Amino acid sequence: MNYWPLLGVLVVIIGFILRFNPVLVVVVAAFCSALAAKISPLHILELLGDGFLKTRTLPVILLLPLAVIGLAERHGLKQQAQRLISKVKGATVGRLLIIYLFCRETTAALGLTSLGGHPQMVRPLLAPMSEALAERDAPNLPLTIRDKVKAMAAATDNIGLFFGEDIFVAFGAIILMHTFLRDLNIETDPLHIALWGIPTAVAAFFIHSARLARFDSYLKAEQQRVSKH
Amino acid sequence: MLSISLVYALLGGLLLLVAVFTFMDQSNPKRWSSGLFWLLYGMVFLIGDFLPSALVGVIVIGLALIAGFGGLGQGFAQIDESKLLGSLQRIGKKIFVPALCIPLGTLFGVLILAKIQGDGWQLIEAKNVTLVSLAIAVLFALAFACWLTRETPLQGVREAKRLLEAMGWAVLLPQLLATLGFLFNDAGVGQAVATLSKDYLSLDSKFAAVTAYALAMAIFTIVMGNAFAAFPVITAGIGVPLLVLEFEGDPAVVAAIGMFCGYCGTLLTPMAANFNLVPAALLNLQDQHAVIKAQAPTALILLMCNIFLLYYLAF
Repeated sequence: MNYWPLLGVLVVIIGFILRFNPVLVVVVAAFCSALAAKISPLHILELLGDGFLKTRTLPVILLLPLAVIGLAERHGLKQQAQRLISKVKGATVGRLLIIYLFCRETTAALGLTSLGGHPQMVRPLLAPMSEALAERDAPNLPLTIRDKVKAMAAATDNIGLFFGEDIFVAFGAIILMHTFLRDLNIETDPLHIALWGIPTAVAAFFIHSARLARFDSYLKAEQQRVSKH
Repeated sequence: MLSISLVYALLGGLLLLVAVFTFMDQSNPKRWSSGLFWLLYGMVFLIGDFLPSALVGVIVIGLALIAGFGGLGQGFAQIDESKLLGSLQRIGKKIFVPALCIPLGTLFGVLILAKIQGDGWQLIEAKNVTLVSLAIAVLFALAFACWLTRETPLQGVREAKRLLEAMGWAVLLPQLLATLGFLFNDAGVGQAVATLSKDYLSLDSKFAAVTAYALAMAIFTIVMGNAFAAFPVITAGIGVPLLVLEFEGDPAVVAAIGMFCGYCGTLLTPMAANFNLVPAALLNLQDQHAVIKAQAPTALILLMCNIFLLYYLAF
């Protein structure tokens, strides 16, 4: 067994800890592992090219909506979202995000994963709404706290998506598990795999909701501290 | 038939236009290297299928070098305050419509357009229903947005350029990391990890085996950035031989909860760039790891929870 290809993993870990530019870290890691596996440089280039072409689906979701979102932003999308949410009495960052988490997780569980996402939902709508709620009672909230609010909005979208989509039976991950186990001569029912994901999905909702409720009290303390000055 | 190549052509065209605008953008101090980046990236989408793989590999390295050594600059995008105020009054809440057109239009495509088919043909290529539907929804939303805001599609391209510049090198990372995953596979990284964990972990108690499987899934996902990459390696290495065969656990439970342990890892790693680093860039956060920090407590508590769920549900 040749253990040297693990060098690439080491490069990735060290690179991220020392905060080198991630793009460069990845390229160096690729060459380390491939050379350690005695793959010829020309073949490395071919593998890189093939892999990059195969994964072109990834940036599509991210990049295609940008023109529309940019245009709408230029004409007041953010401001309208903030106006809308600030009229809702009793709304707080935590409550907004708990409701969003519930909707994101249930719709993803029904296979409707495209209803959320960072470019089309978090940046134009969810993050500005959360920010508006955070500064409703404290207009001069410092940038670090605003950043925390926006990061929490993005985190909530991820958590809702991850733990919702995996209990949808036609989702790729379920198929992957089913076919993989069949390869090892273990028969499973895809429906069972999906159903056994439900306890974790429920736990994820309650754990993150509890954290969002605590985030509200943290924000309240910060808002009071700011408005005293 | 509407296929994924049309989607690639659309995105390639967009990137090419972004490149042209970048070359012309005098306010961008690095307009030549930035423009070259978008030009090369657009080429991968437009004609990538016709180029030899090795040449694409060279392009990939070129892209990485430009992005990695700070070759991506930003132009100055002036915000026209009076225009914005006018739009706030004139368009009002209708501005939500084009934004919501994208998710709802995608949904419409997936649920309805994808069902349109006849003898041996279908409207949308079955393998890529979501992406093709997304592209249709985006085109529709763009047309509506242009009509609503009285702007041209080219202005849309300029806005896309502004957002792309705000994201910078993070744009390239998700795809590059996925490529690294393939390369690790070819280099036998997965096998090395599986052999290591089989040879050096002696797990006699059920609880220790469950913990080892859950943690291995999470940690290997943190390294690879993707639970799908970790699942086959760790499940073949620890999950099946120990939990299923030796301790006779239910394979459906082991698989389902094991995958979720991997997802906890995804929430913790910069390697899952599209979920963790790109949003930080999109939201202009100062700390590029802010999203990971917001997720970490949830991920760690949930991982612990998963260990107990696996222990009590699988046996």
